[in-house]
Amino acid sequence: MALSLSSQIVNLLAALLLLLAFAMLAQRRVLTLIKLFAWQGAALALSTAIVAHATGQTHLYFSAGLTLALKVILIPWLLHRLIDQLNVRWDIEMLINIPTTMLTGIGVAIFAFSLAAPISQMASTVTRSTLGIALASVLLSFLMMIVRRKAVPQVIGFLSMENGLFFAATSATYGMPLVVELGVALDVLVGTFIFGIFFFHIREQFDSLDIRHMEKLKED
Amino acid sequence: MTPAMASGVALQVLQSLLVVLVAPLVTGWVNICRAWLQNRSAPSIWLPYYTLAKLFHKDAVIANTASPLFRITPYVLFGCMWLAAGIVPVLVTDLPFAPAADIIALVGVFAVARVFGALAAMDTGTSFGGLGARREMMIGFLAEPAMLMTLFTAAFISDSTQLQTIVETLAHREFAIYPSLAFAAVAFLMVLLAENARIPVDNPTTHLELTMIHEAMILEYSARHLALIEWAVAIKLVAYMAIGFALFLPWGIAPAGDWAALPMAFAALGAKLALAGAGLAFLETLLAKMRIFLVTEFLSTAFLLGVLGMLIHFLVRG
Repeated sequence: MALSLSSQIVNLLAALLLLLAFAMLAQRRVLTLIKLFAWQGAALALSTAIVAHATGQTHLYFSAGLTLALKVILIPWLLHRLIDQLNVRWDIEMLINIPTTMLTGIGVAIFAFSLAAPISQMASTVTRSTLGIALASVLLSFLMMIVRRKAVPQVIGFLSMENGLFFAATSATYGMPLVVELGVALDVLVGTFIFGIFFFHIREQFDSLDIRHMEKLKED
Repeated sequence: MTPAMASGVALQVLQSLLVVLVAPLVTGWVNICRAWLQNRSAPSIWLPYYTLAKLFHKDAVIANTASPLFRITPYVLFGCMWLAAGIVPVLVTDLPFAPAADIIALVGVFAVARVFGALAAMDTGTSFGGLGARREMMIGFLAEPAMLMTLFTAAFISDSTQLQTIVETLAHREFAIYPSLAFAAVAFLMVLLAENARIPVDNPTTHLELTMIHEAMILEYSARHLALIEWAVAIKLVAYMAIGFALFLPWGIAPAGDWAALPMAFAALGAKLALAGAGLAFLETLLAKMRIFLVTEFLSTAFLLGVLGMLIHFLVRG
């Protein structure tokens, strides 16, 4: 058990990230969901900064700063404004009940861990053990998108999936090149804007943000 | 009998007696903290002792329909909790009694107490007894897996299911952050609240028909039987706190055969119990009792945290 302090902290933050992914999966309220998303971004930014400090990869500082600015401040603020304008601070209903969702989530996490185990054994980064957690949070966000009915939580699930991917990149190869990261960050931001516009259109069309109504669009 | 064994037996007797005698004091302390936090004037810290003494002096009233099981149960409950108090390392890790049961058997001891409590509650055939027993069994069967998962996490870290070995391994390791233990600690706290009929799950002070769980089960008891049950409940709380200390705050417990470390162990135990009691009162003031059907979610969250802790232990081991 001779882990350096920084990698211990990264492990702790990784565990926190996974916990937040589960919390988002089980959360009923949109408002709390956005808060949890912001916390996930904060944990991600902190762990990226610590990895940057531990490995001396300076470009990771930029991605940590980018994560902080974008996913902790800007996007949550945008989402807050959105749900205020859409007037959707209501409770979310779930497709299946929360304990079942959580048990499915545990299954997904175990699957991700066993999938990541051979890869992390080959990797040589200090953060290799967190790859399983990164993969698990991607899959959990995916699960969240599947079980949610309303549009806003689905988008939050999508955004948190990006968090998981970002973390996977950091833990497997110390992050992507800065250009790629900038591009992804911009995409996420633009995506949030477009989703925002979509929300208004969906509501105008169906008087609700429940995506079941979209099935009516099918031509028989 | 060798001197080492004699010292072990002496410590065992000392610890068992200490836990049983101190338990009502801890209950009193929690009540005082709660009263302070809720701006009420606090009762005496000795109140649980007065209540026990009063109950022991009264004549017991037993329903005509009650079977012998009903009479035996208080003694079984008290015995189970006393046994648990003898197994968990509270003051010292060197307990001759401890090899009798590891953590899994310890959960079994609590389960025996629960089954007897539920049977006795249904024995007299009152509706409240049955209601309380059913709810108690529901909570028990949800809390037990979560409890086991929590204990397994600590067992995997120290490669043993013996509580004394776990304490010795965890207390004498080099300092390291264990995310798995943090998860397990939160899960354990949730199980502690549920198992001891504390506020988010059950209100220990209520006698409101629709919400009570534990109180509904013991409504038919009076006098010495009630006193024994109340005492057993107090010991159970201390035993759970002691398990929590053993797993997550193992510092200060005296190692085997070290009488000199005993005063330090006493001080550490007193400080930990005082803090835990105040913390419990704080939590109970902060939280509101939840609907009975939300308990499923509460305890499945605890189970989830326990499982996650265990998985993360395997993942980030090194």
